[in-house]
Amino acid sequence: MRVMAQIAMVMNLDKCIGCHTCSVTCKQTWTNRSGMEYAWFNNVETRPGQGYPRRYADQDKWQGGWELDRRGRLKLKQGGRLKKLLTIFGNPVQPTVQDYYEPWTYDYRTLTDAPLGDDYPVAGPRSLLSGKPMDVKWSANWDDNLGGMPEHGTRDPVVERMQAEVGEKVRFAFEQTFMFYLPRICEHCLNPACVAACPSGAIYKRAEDGIVLVDQDDCRGWRQCVTGCPYKKIYFNHRTGKAEKCTFCYPRIEVGLPTVCSETCVGRLRYLGVLLYDADKVTAAASVQDEKDLYEAQLGVFLDPDDPEVRRAAERDGIAYDWIEAARRSPVRALISTYRIALPLHPEFRTMPMVWYIPPLSPVVEAVSAAGHDGEQAGNLFGAIDALRIPIAYLAELFTAGDPAPVRASLDRLAAMRSHMRDLNLGRTPDGSAAGAVGMTPEQIEEMYHLLAIAKYEDRY
Amino acid sequence: MPEATTEPGALLLKAGKYFRPGKAASDLHSVQLTGGREADTFYRDRWSHDKIVHSTHGVNCTGSCRWKVYVKDGIITWETQATDYPSVGPDRPEYEPRGCPRGAAFSWYTYSPTRVRYPYVRGVLVQMYREAKARLGDPVLAWADLQADPERRRRYQQARGKGGLVRATWDEAVEIVAAAHVHTIKAYGPDRIAGFSPIPAMSMASHAAGARFHSLIGAPMLSFYDWYADLPVASPQVFGDQTDVPESGDWWDAAYLIMWGSNVPVTRTPDAHWMAEARYRGQKVVVVAPDYADNAKFADEWLHPHPGTDAALAQGMGHVLLKEFFVDRQVPFFQDYVRTYTDLPFLVTLTGRGDAEPGLVPAKFLRAADLGDTGEGADWKTVVLDDATGRPAVPNGSLGFRWTDSGKGKWNLDLDGLTPRLTLHGADGAEAVEVDLPRFDTEGGAHGQGRGEVVRRGVPAVRLGGPDGPLVTTVFDLLLAQYGVGREGLPGTWPRAYDDPESPGTPAWQEQHTSVPAAACIRIAREFARTAEESRGRCMILMGAGTNHWFHSETIYRSFLALLQLTGCQGRNGGGWAHYVGQEKCRPVTGWATLAGAGDWHRPPRQMIGTGYFFLNTDQWRYDQFSADVLASPLGTGRFAGLTGADLLAYSARAGWMPSYPTFDRNPLELAEGDDPAARVVAELQAGTLKFAADDPDAPENWPRVMTLWRANLLGSSAKGAEYFTRHLLGTHSSLRAEEAAPDRRPRDVVWRDQAPEGKLDLLLSLDFRMTSSTMLSDVVLPAATWYEKHDLSSTDMHPYVHSFTPAVDPAWQSRTDYDAFHAIAGRFSELARGHLDTRRDLVATPLLHDTPGETAQPGGVALDWRAGECAPIPGVTMPNLTVVERDYTAVGAKMAALGPLVEKLGLATKGVAFMPDEEVDELRARNGVVRGGPADGRPALDTARKACDAILALSGTSNGRLAVQGFRKLEERTGQELAHLAAEHEGKRITYADTQAAPVPVITSPEWSGSETGGRRYTAFTTNTEHLKPWHTLTGRQHFFVDHDWMHELGEALPVYRPPLDMHRLFGEPQLGPDGQRQVTVRYLTPHNKWSIHSEYQDNLFMLALSRGGQVIWMSVDDAAAIGVRDNDWIEAVNRNGVVVARAIVSHRMPTGTVYMHHAQERTVNVPKAEASGKRGGIHNSLTRVLLKPTHLIGGYAQFSFAFNYLGPTGNQRDEVTVIRRRAQEVEY
Repeated sequence: MRVMAQIAMVMNLDKCIGCHTCSVTCKQTWTNRSGMEYAWFNNVETRPGQGYPRRYADQDKWQGGWELDRRGRLKLKQGGRLKKLLTIFGNPVQPTVQDYYEPWTYDYRTLTDAPLGDDYPVAGPRSLLSGKPMDVKWSANWDDNLGGMPEHGTRDPVVERMQAEVGEKVRFAFEQTFMFYLPRICEHCLNPACVAACPSGAIYKRAEDGIVLVDQDDCRGWRQCVTGCPYKKIYFNHRTGKAEKCTFCYPRIEVGLPTVCSETCVGRLRYLGVLLYDADKVTAAASVQDEKDLYEAQLGVFLDPDDPEVRRAAERDGIAYDWIEAARRSPVRALISTYRIALPLHPEFRTMPMVWYIPPLSPVVEAVSAAGHDGEQAGNLFGAIDALRIPIAYLAELFTAGDPAPVRASLDRLAAMRSHMRDLNLGRTPDGSAAGAVGMTPEQIEEMYHLLAIAKYEDRY
Repeated sequence: MPEATTEPGALLLKAGKYFRPGKAASDLHSVQLTGGREADTFYRDRWSHDKIVHSTHGVNCTGSCRWKVYVKDGIITWETQATDYPSVGPDRPEYEPRGCPRGAAFSWYTYSPTRVRYPYVRGVLVQMYREAKARLGDPVLAWADLQADPERRRRYQQARGKGGLVRATWDEAVEIVAAAHVHTIKAYGPDRIAGFSPIPAMSMASHAAGARFHSLIGAPMLSFYDWYADLPVASPQVFGDQTDVPESGDWWDAAYLIMWGSNVPVTRTPDAHWMAEARYRGQKVVVVAPDYADNAKFADEWLHPHPGTDAALAQGMGHVLLKEFFVDRQVPFFQDYVRTYTDLPFLVTLTGRGDAEPGLVPAKFLRAADLGDTGEGADWKTVVLDDATGRPAVPNGSLGFRWTDSGKGKWNLDLDGLTPRLTLHGADGAEAVEVDLPRFDTEGGAHGQGRGEVVRRGVPAVRLGGPDGPLVTTVFDLLLAQYGVGREGLPGTWPRAYDDPESPGTPAWQEQHTSVPAAACIRIAREFARTAEESRGRCMILMGAGTNHWFHSETIYRSFLALLQLTGCQGRNGGGWAHYVGQEKCRPVTGWATLAGAGDWHRPPRQMIGTGYFFLNTDQWRYDQFSADVLASPLGTGRFAGLTGADLLAYSARAGWMPSYPTFDRNPLELAEGDDPAARVVAELQAGTLKFAADDPDAPENWPRVMTLWRANLLGSSAKGAEYFTRHLLGTHSSLRAEEAAPDRRPRDVVWRDQAPEGKLDLLLSLDFRMTSSTMLSDVVLPAATWYEKHDLSSTDMHPYVHSFTPAVDPAWQSRTDYDAFHAIAGRFSELARGHLDTRRDLVATPLLHDTPGETAQPGGVALDWRAGECAPIPGVTMPNLTVVERDYTAVGAKMAALGPLVEKLGLATKGVAFMPDEEVDELRARNGVVRGGPADGRPALDTARKACDAILALSGTSNGRLAVQGFRKLEERTGQELAHLAAEHEGKRITYADTQAAPVPVITSPEWSGSETGGRRYTAFTTNTEHLKPWHTLTGRQHFFVDHDWMHELGEALPVYRPPLDMHRLFGEPQLGPDGQRQVTVRYLTPHNKWSIHSEYQDNLFMLALSRGGQVIWMSVDDAAAIGVRDNDWIEAVNRNGVVVARAIVSHRMPTGTVYMHHAQERTVNVPKAEASGKRGGIHNSLTRVLLKPTHLIGGYAQFSFAFNYLGPTGNQRDEVTVIRRRAQEVEY
């Protein structure tokens, strides 16, 4: 056992309103500068949708993350290091700026400076790359709120996989509309493909907190990391020629402040905390044969800070007492390991991502009530989870490599919480059946409710 | 893990270990580095800053969010939300963090290329002005010279909006502005000037500065809440209150939440978390929206009625609720509630329809006077039937107790042992009679728009006081008839069952209109009522623009409110209506109103209805193609026959109902000369030698001449009928396509001039920090400080705190705060007034005001026109009040900068509650300093915005515990109920500006509002009414289902009723909905609020443009797009008679077929090409809209139907419009 500490994040997608405040505050703080115009360390995607950059989750095309070779060993999907070395001067497989989007501005000054003419002055769009007039045709958030979805939606890699793997078709029709939002930052993986892909050794994972950073002095701009990262969360600064990425706001984290995206999240859906994990187990966990086992495998890497043996080992490995205590009180640990309602994003990329998500509990009652049942009753609720407006299969492709069971379990717990709390809200005495049905005690349900609903600042971070 | 090292390339990795620092993981996939991390400094440097300043955004939204503004090297770098809101308790989510992406992008404006850095004047104008001034030497004469020459005047007017602004100095720009004001007052009168600046709560001192200047010179301020169509007219009608709603923290308390036409994640972004979180507490959430709106994601159920048909759905739900919870079974909680707090038990007279028709119709509330009472206020005392005695009884609390001496101590809701009968069904002596009720949902022949018929249904009725006495029934009995809920023994046409689609009111009937399945309507109605019963009124309907911006919105809202009132949900934490459209709550309202209205120096101020003002002055009335009787009830008496909207507006003005500025066709300074000017005015009006300006709005002497916009982008945002504005008000180019009314459709009373004026305004002035449609159309643009460069105050409905703006940096370039700019203008104005104006008397006409005895001027809601000889013209009774005000125009600057003596001499009043802030004036002397010498000698200084902020806080009950207690004591005298304890806990508390800078400060419970924060509870409206028996400010003192004014009857809206959206095909000849099979499709045109801007603010912000589509867009359904061959992001044009819009299409399956969304106020400044249809720059969202006046909004002089500023007035509704959409050439020209 080698105990390491990791700062991790959980986002409760059920609470995300898709407002993009996180994107704006992050951009203002970190990437509002030349060379990074197109880069959003934090972005928010409407799902279904292609994402940013377009179709980044399609690793057949982008070659990000890890795969198992014929002998069951991990290798970078983009090719081993030898191949990379041999092709280092060739262009790695990576998105062009058109796959992100061509950033633009407007000739705003004309609004003030236009001489007397015969019509209203207008600020036309200009490319921030070439300075020339341009047509705005794509952006970091083009399909926001399902815009253009009938045309673009079928190209969502998740939609494609659903169709291919479970034969479930997403219809982009009014009555069947569903959507949710997926805010994304760097995953600060336990098994980061970007680090492994860097020929210069400029990317490192900090020992004390697991934050993955690019050394701005050492980066030589090979851009292999851009290919390696399956989440496409490393950006090439075309001005400095260096790679840049989400820093987990380490200058804030180090002084006890939450990341900018967390603190400014008006949906109050982000949780930050410390997780202890066994570094010796990472490779094996990332190498399990069946993709669907990766979620459980990653859970198995995490260590229980209440376990005396773990505490001793942690102390031995140089982890400070207050970090061990932080791990014990970690809201992230509660959501991931205790309540098991948070799930990893695309575990099949095998990078062991450390930003996890609580899946959205989309309309449940509607489906039950439409069939003539009491939508408020716990028993009926669980039956209905399969009839969610958001197909379970879609969520499973995102969070569990296609396995619907963990998604269902998470949503069952959320539904049970609502049912249990409704009794309390209306002054009834809950009979405990809702909690029991999801393997929790009423007390656990109420504690989970406190963390998800009351969610005070000091409980979130 | 040896196997890891055998992977391909592992050898290289291993070698690498020796060449780079750090410790490689055993699998060699990662390197852990401790030290050697100097490169980290790049991001550390980026994060560092010199200071953090707390401020907020004065934008026209309800957020009132507190932000941390970061400053480095004297430059604002970025902002993040503050998290220091006082806690709302251990068992609830907190308000932190509040903010949205728009606010987070604000700092971009500070140094953006669209920032207005210097004063600008239209080049053509400034040249001519300089020439005239050089010739004449006097700025006022120079301005007059320019205005006297039609050729020169038109030359600069026609240049408006077309570039050609040139830099000027502050001195010169201010001089031009001041000269224009002096000249206009002298030549035409102060009521030819107007100021427009909305929503004071968002920056009170900035608003008050300009409003104070206008008030001091006698110029009207234009209302905005009604103009925006955000005012739910149902609120004054039902509650006698402008709008009072729960803070968002109270959503948490709701057990059942319906979001009805309010897209919370987009429009209430900082509050949306409460909605998401409350679901975890077991709250059920229902979303009603025509599209798959952002909040539908959170909903347990999503209902999508056709746009504008929401009232039908609500009526269907009401039908179920009345049948199952009032008729089949009685719920004691509901029964007690409606008896005590609503007008349901009150008696209404039934009268015949006239000789031609046999039926009965509901007429008026029975009043004590009808039963022979000749005592004080008997005309205003409504009557119930006492269940114990079976006799009529007059409960306390009606308006007859509010303003009378004998009513002292009795204006309350204490039934005092009385049990009012809710129904006369089964009462002694009750007979079943048939009443006629209107319906508007049918294609019914020649009447009106071809819609509307009469339904005949029975009610139980009793005749009181012998055979000649009045025949009466209760409001409740009428309501059951209206909703089609039959009872045994009652004659008439009733639905057979819920599944009867023919009879209005049933779930099946609503399904025909809304498309919402009857079963869903029934289910949700039951759940709603059951939850209300179980939770004692904790059901909430959160409603918004989607249901409020319609022509017939108040009928929609009244149908919603009925659901809440019947189930005891109003005046409950977690229950009731939650209307959130532009309703921002200026919590320290008394102090703000005093400063803004300059009530410390002169009274009354001129306050004008914005919609009426723009309807007339942009000549939209000339394009009305129908008379008002097309809107009337089939049961109407024909009183609107031949009268257009303009005629009714003129009627309303002369009846003293609504304000009207300019008022007369003569300068009010001239009218005020001599003895007894009021009597002379009355005589001249009767003789016809003096006319109301509203009777001839196109006469040059009646034009508005000067208008100032600040904190506002009127012409890019709220100007409904934008193309009418540019043509007629501004006299520049326009894409207006509509035709004027043919001779047989023109007004009956209002003068029609053959040539419509173009270019009424002499001067359009705007103050802004960015270039907008308004600044580009303005003649003078003054550079304003941004919100991070000024001192000010902010508050909102959404949270219970007052907090501050604090400058992070000084105003950049040559910008100044609004406060300083108006002080500069006032100072120069005072200098130029010398010799031109000096001291003059001004005859101010004001309407009969709500919450004053004036609201009891016209008993019975009987509309009488003195000009038709129906009554005598008596100022303050049958026509406007006339008051003479003396104005020293040379002292305006001095008075601006000091708190005047009327504060302690006359006291202050808000909503009829009097405050006497005498001690506060002394405190302000000490705090702000004292003015020495001049007209304001000895008065507390207000020369800086900080001092104004402190004055606002000192003079308001919400921020001064002494005043709150004092006001409650006054109210106790009137109501006879204990109230002062609500504020007693904070009697010693004084919130100062410094307090609000340190952290958001919770406000004090005050009689200025209807709810309570006492003991730290969440604010919701009307708890003072439900818990302390204070009456609502209505005729009965209760919440009204029934309203009996003559004009309400004429429109058929005495009771909640479903009225479909206006039919623009029939009214204006627009194409019928649907594709034409070739290249165009006609669709409903809705303008909901935008995700990427707040009105026009932020729409031009680079961050928001990068996250959206980079310019104006219209959302379309898949079918509509396919019908005309449009793909996502294609350029399209939207055309109707009002104008032309060019935009990109967003095609999405979340949109229903037949409806497009063009999000509100995207503006034409960014990425808008020229239109094919006009050859000119494409328009804004309001290029396709226009104003239509609804007669019921013009009622005044009668109880809750009396004017107050932003409380009542015609709304600028715009949701009923349609447009044609075409795909255009994809090559565009800018």
